[in-house]
Amino acid sequence: MNMAEPQKQHLIDPEFCIRCYTCEESCPIGAITHNDDNVVVDASVCNHCMDCISPCPTGSIDSWRIVTEPYSLEEQLGWMELPEQQQFADQDDGPDAGLEALDESIAALLAEAHEGSGQVPAPSSASKSSINLYNLANPVEGVIQGNYRLTSADADSDVRHIIINLGNAPFPVLEGQSVGIICPGEDKNGKPHLPRLYSISSPRDGERPNANNISLTIKREELGVCSNYVCDLKKGDTVKLTGPFGASFLMPDDPQAKLLMICTGTGSAPFRAFTMRRQRVLPQQNGALKLFFGARTPESLPYFGPLKKIPETFLDTHFAFSRVEGKPKNHVQDELRLASGPIAEALKDPQTYIYICGMKAMEEGVDAALNDIAGKAKMDWGTLKDEMRKSGRYHVETY
Amino acid sequence: MTQSMAVDYDTMIPNNVGLSSDRRVLKALERWHPGYIKWWGNMGPVGFQESSVYLRTAISVDPKGWAKFDYIKMPDYRWGILLAPQVEGRTIPCGEHYGEPAWQEVPGEYRSMLRRLIVIQGDTEPASVEQQRFLGQTAPSLYDMRNLFQVNVEEGRHLWAMVYLLQKYFGSDGREEANEMLRRQSGSEETPRMLGAFNEETPDWLSFFMFTYFTDRDGKMQLEALAQSGFDPLSRTCRFMLTEEAHHMFVGETGVARIIQRTCEAMNEAGITDPYDIEKVRALGVIDLPTIQKKLNLHYTLSLDLFGSEVSTNAASAFNAGVKGRYQEIKIDDDHQLNNDTYAAPQFVNNKIETIDVPALTAINMRLRDDYTNDANGGVKRWNALIKKSNIEFDLKLPHSGFHRRIGVFDNAPITPDGLVISKEQWEERQSDWLPSLADGDFIQSLMKPVWEPGKYASWIAPPRTGIDNKPGDFEYVQLHMA
Repeated sequence: MNMAEPQKQHLIDPEFCIRCYTCEESCPIGAITHNDDNVVVDASVCNHCMDCISPCPTGSIDSWRIVTEPYSLEEQLGWMELPEQQQFADQDDGPDAGLEALDESIAALLAEAHEGSGQVPAPSSASKSSINLYNLANPVEGVIQGNYRLTSADADSDVRHIIINLGNAPFPVLEGQSVGIICPGEDKNGKPHLPRLYSISSPRDGERPNANNISLTIKREELGVCSNYVCDLKKGDTVKLTGPFGASFLMPDDPQAKLLMICTGTGSAPFRAFTMRRQRVLPQQNGALKLFFGARTPESLPYFGPLKKIPETFLDTHFAFSRVEGKPKNHVQDELRLASGPIAEALKDPQTYIYICGMKAMEEGVDAALNDIAGKAKMDWGTLKDEMRKSGRYHVETY
Repeated sequence: MTQSMAVDYDTMIPNNVGLSSDRRVLKALERWHPGYIKWWGNMGPVGFQESSVYLRTAISVDPKGWAKFDYIKMPDYRWGILLAPQVEGRTIPCGEHYGEPAWQEVPGEYRSMLRRLIVIQGDTEPASVEQQRFLGQTAPSLYDMRNLFQVNVEEGRHLWAMVYLLQKYFGSDGREEANEMLRRQSGSEETPRMLGAFNEETPDWLSFFMFTYFTDRDGKMQLEALAQSGFDPLSRTCRFMLTEEAHHMFVGETGVARIIQRTCEAMNEAGITDPYDIEKVRALGVIDLPTIQKKLNLHYTLSLDLFGSEVSTNAASAFNAGVKGRYQEIKIDDDHQLNNDTYAAPQFVNNKIETIDVPALTAINMRLRDDYTNDANGGVKRWNALIKKSNIEFDLKLPHSGFHRRIGVFDNAPITPDGLVISKEQWEERQSDWLPSLADGDFIQSLMKPVWEPGKYASWIAPPRTGIDNKPGDFEYVQLHMA
């Protein structure tokens, strides 16, 4: 079946709209119109600029549905209430990346982060992620449960492990998803800050099993408004979150699946979550996880201590340090090449899932290394990568 | 001293009209300001001037920046002068000057007509604040109290908007009119407000919601018509006021809806199916649907009177001059001059209701009133949907436009809400079936007990579906600071 790509349609909740037409007046491109009963948005015109959202006195303007076929103006004009969200059958018969986020800006951020792999589907055995339960207009409030420095005191980078309790708010997440953090206040143009995206570093059932909390791994950026805000939060402080976001950079639920995880710096966040998930559900599954982790020094590598405590048999860990005095620069791609034998085996295995996460700059080197390793093993990396992408086994999230 | 005051004053008044470089208007506003504050103190909300209210303040006119929420004491509210952005190349949208560039200054020939329109509009703004000044005392929740005060401060701002136009464009008589706005008082014997409905009491919260739904909606339609004015500063002022007016519509529509919802819930909980079993319903501590219908009849018909006579040469002149347009003038597909068009208007001759075609130009009021009725009907449909959802058989209805009128062709005509003409005696006899009686008023009054605990609501009104500015249910919208 050749179904149209699902898309987000902007609608107005007719039950609560008071027909003031303020949205119609504030729409810069004439996408909104009305009859005596309803005010409606023309899906073929609306470009989701959001100019109409804040002037709406009722909030009815902030209504969205995922549709394959947009509701026509005629349909909308006749509504007394919004239709239910349609359910979509699992589309495992094609390269469907799924919707990562309903917020245009967040979706754009994720699309940029996933540029390295392009639009790829989630692993076929991955759980279905929930997205956009909370947005800018309707964020969820969390309480800081802990804020710990992960890097040693003398390291040049301050990376923090931040635990956020969601209380009673439903916030179902999967490993590999992200959340938006809303930094209070305004930017220099007097606009409220847009949410910044951070990967969740805890598994789906919570930082502590069955606690409704999540952890984030956040590096303090010198001029980063949001990262400084979050890194300075104290236990008991509240923080506003949006999300969760992301529907492709997810882990397979298949116990046979093997994960090859390659990261730098805070790119380790999703892999911490992946690893913890595996530790909780498949603690005996040895030889299935490989981690290649790059940082400047051991002191600046987040989770260095805890990682070293995980048995090699469970998580095959390779560190690459680029700034250790008296030692040559070593990057993740160098570590990959050193392990070319096992990597080539992994590439041949149809159960292998590759995840790359971290600085954009790492992509090229990693790709070249994988290309060389595949070539030596008489495989064409380009073809293989394409195959892996299509089957949801190759994921890149870089920034 | 004057210099620093001026600068300080400019920062006190958010504006996008360059007040700081317009010394004459600035001075006039400075002179007017203390009187306004005094008026607000004397005639504004009673008992809450020291409370911190979670209000939205307009600080700019772009869609993303005009609604800033924060706690503020009402006397410190930053009443500002905000005009919608000027539209490049805007032309006069109607009348004999149709298509000519919009006026940036008052055209001499229409000066008194424009002044009159602005004064009438301006007079309604403080009037409603005066009418509602005691309501805070009986607020059914902090949420509702906050909404009341939001409406009040914005009506105050709308007065500022009209006063600005008067002082900027109408010289000494404009200043005199601006002062008169603070001198007249709602319900006063000697110096009443200019329009009838604005001298009526707003004794309870159902009246308040009905008032904001029906009477503020007249205000909205008038603003819509003035937003079509060829006098560009008036158009721009009204366009921005409409953005704020939308919140008032919201308060009215959802206020009535929440009362209806609570009544239906209580009836269902108690197993009462007959909406006319008034005593039983009232015993539940909620307002019965027939009484809500009576209140609707009252406020709708008082509001219809605000549109003036169905056939009016004044309205024709204003339209023809391009000073006041029709609702959504620029979206109407006709010649915008109406020289040869007709419009159906009612007549009441020999105790019969008839419809005749009159020159469209003279029926401008009638047309705006029809648009109003259409608009008002939208909310009634939604209220009825709520009642239906609760499986209660009852339909709220807008009464016939001839019912209970004091202005226009139906003035004092004995017409029922269904549009039947009966004798004057019969009408007097049945009046209390259609309009709230003293006993109805007493019952509603008996429910008006303040509920000021965050997140709590009076027995007769359902909580809102979402909070203001997405605040949670138990948000403290008003910090009372009672002595």
